[in-house]
Amino acid sequence: MTTVLDSRATGKVAGAPPARSKRPRILQYNFLGGLAGWLWLLVVIIPIYWIVITSFKLQNDYYDTSPLAPPANPTLENYRFVLENDFVRYFFNSVIVTVGSVVPAVVVSFMAAYAIVRGSATSRFLRSVNSVFLMGLAIPLQAVIIPVYLIIIKLQMYDTLGAIILPSIAFAIPLSVLVLSNFIRDVPKELFESMRMDGATEWGTLWRLALPLTRPALVTVTIYQGLQVWNGFLLPLILTQTPEQRTLPLALASFQGQYSVNIPAVLASVVLTTLPILTLYIIGRRQLLSGLTAGFGK
Amino acid sequence: MAWPALIAFTIFGIVPLFGVVALSFTSWNGISEQISLTGLDSWKTVLSDPGLPHALWVTFLIMALSWLAQTPLSILIGVFIAAHKRYRALLAVLFFIPLLLSQAAIAITYKMLLDPNFGLGAGLGFEFLQQNWLGEENLALGVVVFVVSWQWIPFHSLIYQGGVRQIPASMYEAAEIDGAGRVRQFFSITLPQLKYTIITSSTLMVVGSLTFFDLIWVLTAGGPSDATRALAVDMYQTGFKAALMGPASAIAVILVLVGLGLALLLRRLGGRDATASQLEGA
Repeated sequence: MTTVLDSRATGKVAGAPPARSKRPRILQYNFLGGLAGWLWLLVVIIPIYWIVITSFKLQNDYYDTSPLAPPANPTLENYRFVLENDFVRYFFNSVIVTVGSVVPAVVVSFMAAYAIVRGSATSRFLRSVNSVFLMGLAIPLQAVIIPVYLIIIKLQMYDTLGAIILPSIAFAIPLSVLVLSNFIRDVPKELFESMRMDGATEWGTLWRLALPLTRPALVTVTIYQGLQVWNGFLLPLILTQTPEQRTLPLALASFQGQYSVNIPAVLASVVLTTLPILTLYIIGRRQLLSGLTAGFGK
Repeated sequence: MAWPALIAFTIFGIVPLFGVVALSFTSWNGISEQISLTGLDSWKTVLSDPGLPHALWVTFLIMALSWLAQTPLSILIGVFIAAHKRYRALLAVLFFIPLLLSQAAIAITYKMLLDPNFGLGAGLGFEFLQQNWLGEENLALGVVVFVVSWQWIPFHSLIYQGGVRQIPASMYEAAEIDGAGRVRQFFSITLPQLKYTIITSSTLMVVGSLTFFDLIWVLTAGGPSDATRALAVDMYQTGFKAALMGPASAIAVILVLVGLGLALLLRRLGGRDATASQLEGA
């Protein structure tokens, strides 16, 4: 890594002779960028490779063999061990929390986004609602966690999965509304007009016109928020207490203490924890990437 | 139709924002029914505690160092993958994996990888890797910065890739006619054209770094001897470990103010979309 930065600073490697630049830009070989890209790929891949192969190693082999060597005696023992030790419960807690917060969050955000796009021109109220959500983007969860904790106690929901779900819904809303309303705004006005001419209600328009046209954005938002909630750590840490209510990230952290001698088992649980979100990512990858890069690229 | 979203967000977003300010003028241990008004006591406690400047310093260090580590590399990689369709697809897939892992999982993995006795260094016999990474103050801070970069450089490279692809090819063609070399083109066209992307990406990095909690908590729990006790960690330890919710709320208010200040500052520098700042943190 340092060598990459150093050579960049001196600019020795990057300078290709002008003669080469006559080729179309797309074919030029950006040596320094290529080096950085592939090196960083190694930096990214090695720990992931290590997690996966180690999770298939016997405990003795873990201590005896080279960390990057593939398992000499591949075993599913670690996975069996993890699955027999409450992993399934934490897994279902995480599923309940994720589905239970992402689905309502996306539904209410979609409705709000639709209302804001359709009504902002005439309604001062909807314009201020939009500003509230925009402002909400800047509120970090950490900063308001103490009052959220107090509210959850007052609602007598402390140490339930609902305690994680409700704030998760709320904190998914601002970004979802932003992304969805940007998308709905691109729907040509004529389409809305013709729906109205045909006598469709606002609900009908929302379901039959806006929903299908907004699908890519809905997928992006669902995956992104699903990722956030599935990997969420702070809310479960603060709003739950008993092991029965633990979600996976929190369980991982406690696994680590409990089975600290059994590193392959901890890594097997890391793999199992990541599999569902990896699957979701593979399914929606194109949409997520294009949604994110279009949203932030410029 | 906007009501359900508005109500949900008001209860858990807007009300707590005012709530945290209110709580900073009270005393509460987090468990008892009793929350008593104590005026400026919490603020006096927090502001006179040497822990606060230390936490601010640690937060600033993590922010600045991770920005310095991530930005040049992300731009470099972003420019590279923008030009190569084949690599772009492959790298985009593989680069995304760290973003899918929870910070808790990442922290646990690195704790094991960096173990001085059984980690990667010991196993491969690399002496320089065989240090007590998380046990020494400077090293632990460096590890936090590295792990943050490990997770986020891929994401920012993808942002830069998006930015680069929007630069008109005609600018490069014109530069080539004028005889500008690759390096010259990079500094005279690519970098200036990426201005807004750099500001967006930096805003995400800088404001997001204020909220690093999971990673630091699982990796070092703020240690060794407070070397990685950033603001969010400081708040958690004050409130939920030391049971001082009043001072912890004051720290939380400081967190909000610093975040807001930074977002506004970056916007001043020419950014347009400082509102997306929340993304990296939550």
